Amino acid sequence: MLAVRDLVVRFGGVAALDGVSFEVRPGTITSVIGPNGAGKTTAFNAITGYLPPTRGEVTYDGAPLTGLRPSAIARRGIVRTFQRTSVFPALSVADNVRTGLHLRGTAGFLEVLLGRRRLRDEEVRLAREADELVELVGLGHRRREIASELPYGEQRLVELAVALGARPRLLLLDEPGAGMTASEKGVVSGLIRRIRDAGATVLLVEHDMRMVMGISDTVIVLNGGRVIAGGAPAAIQAHPDVIRAYLGSTGG
Amino acid sequence: MTRAGRHVAALLALTLPFWLASPYFLHVVIMAGIFAVLALSLNLLLGYTGQLSLGHAAFFGIGAYTSALLTLRLEWSFWAALPGAAAAAGLAGWFIGRLALKLRGAYFVLVTISFAGVISLVSINWMDLTNGPLGLPGVPAPELGPWSLRTKGAYYYLVLAAVGLSYLACRRLVRSRIGRAFVALRENESLAESVGVDVTHYLVLAAVVSAALAGMAGSLYAHYTRFVSPEVFLFTYTVTMVIMVVAGGKGTLAGPLVGAVLFTVLPEALRAATSWQWQMLAYGVLLVLLVFFLPRGIVPALSALRRRS
Repeated sequence: MLAVRDLVVRFGGVAALDGVSFEVRPGTITSVIGPNGAGKTTAFNAITGYLPPTRGEVTYDGAPLTGLRPSAIARRGIVRTFQRTSVFPALSVADNVRTGLHLRGTAGFLEVLLGRRRLRDEEVRLAREADELVELVGLGHRRREIASELPYGEQRLVELAVALGARPRLLLLDEPGAGMTASEKGVVSGLIRRIRDAGATVLLVEHDMRMVMGISDTVIVLNGGRVIAGGAPAAIQAHPDVIRAYLGSTGG
Repeated sequence: MTRAGRHVAALLALTLPFWLASPYFLHVVIMAGIFAVLALSLNLLLGYTGQLSLGHAAFFGIGAYTSALLTLRLEWSFWAALPGAAAAAGLAGWFIGRLALKLRGAYFVLVTISFAGVISLVSINWMDLTNGPLGLPGVPAPELGPWSLRTKGAYYYLVLAAVGLSYLACRRLVRSRIGRAFVALRENESLAESVGVDVTHYLVLAAVVSAALAGMAGSLYAHYTRFVSPEVFLFTYTVTMVIMVVAGGKGTLAGPLVGAVLFTVLPEALRAATSWQWQMLAYGVLLVLLVFFLPRGIVPALSALRRRS
């Protein structure tokens, strides 16, 4: 479904991505790993329309995504989260999620101004769906609290609920476990599996190897803007190039 | 406000001309109403999408001139000229919205200021159309069936209806998915895009609706004072709107209304209480104190107070 072909992103003379190609099979969890600066987040930004690639193509179900605005890509069912926590800071948890339900509503300008029954029904439905998502990520007790005042790990859960509100068919998670406690990471891993089991595809960037190896169907390894390996978690852990890249980067 | 409080306020508003006999007081209240529409309009952009327009007087002025010209030159009735004024201002809002698509913050502010400056110059120099600095006298008063709304008492009800409709429209808008898209744009633009909110579309929509409301206020002003001159583009008008929205509470529905009433009545009250040198000084000091002690505005401060009790 998602196919990345020969993707190149250059910042001045530096190639952040230097001809990256990979595919993500439907209904799987695929992880992108690699040392810092390998180009993982750049790849996410290029796929989701936040960064125009210098060269190369991204297609989804055969249709090109390159050149589309992020909101247009989201309308095709491709939704991403951000490496640095990204919520609607001044809004409550419930309002964050309701705002994320934009694509689940249909009311246009005239209906908003003049509508009656159908408009009301839609608002009731959206409020209920927001509540369900808040419960799903386990933040029911935080519903009315302001998002920016929550602890970091819980803000990441809000972000996940907001992303799920857009009904992703392909969900791109940029370090969903970063800054979380072990138990919060457990919750997130469980959620990611449930998202896949519900029929969606998940592509994630993550540093926590236990989490990556535990939940991924496929692992792609980036280093220096290139794909150096790809395959099942067990094969990747034994891959000599991967071991070299990681040992090299950590100096250990 | 409690239910009873709301009923009392509505009753007061509906009967005001009967017990507020002085034409001077009625004039202040009518101006407060026109400014209330303007403040509601600016609040859509400033309070909900988070974009500061410092050229809002341009939309007000475009509405005033359009309405005056349509009734004077083409002999349209007021009831056709009013939506015409809103449409002309809305078109200008669309233009500004498109122009400012990639601009945020200070750059958006600059574009809106420049736009207002250009429009003001046009109104002064395009003699054939606008009569230049002399302005357009003799703008007709609205007529409703056999009645002419030329008394202040009658005009009061026209303005009251406009304020009521603008308020309801804003309330419906901000409590819908469209309003939530506006707020998403204010709070976190990249996140908004990632969940499918087409930020440029909603920024343009907010600019058009906001400008159209300001244009409607301009039309109401033109047919009330019966005279339109390039003064309608004065920067002071914009500043007054911003003060009303910020002091009342931006991003709240009641804030602009409270701000509009307070900052129309306050200068008049100060004028009655002190000489003119002290008037502006006292106004300034009050403003500084307000911003210092209630940085988020009067309405948010009141609701925080009520939550605590």
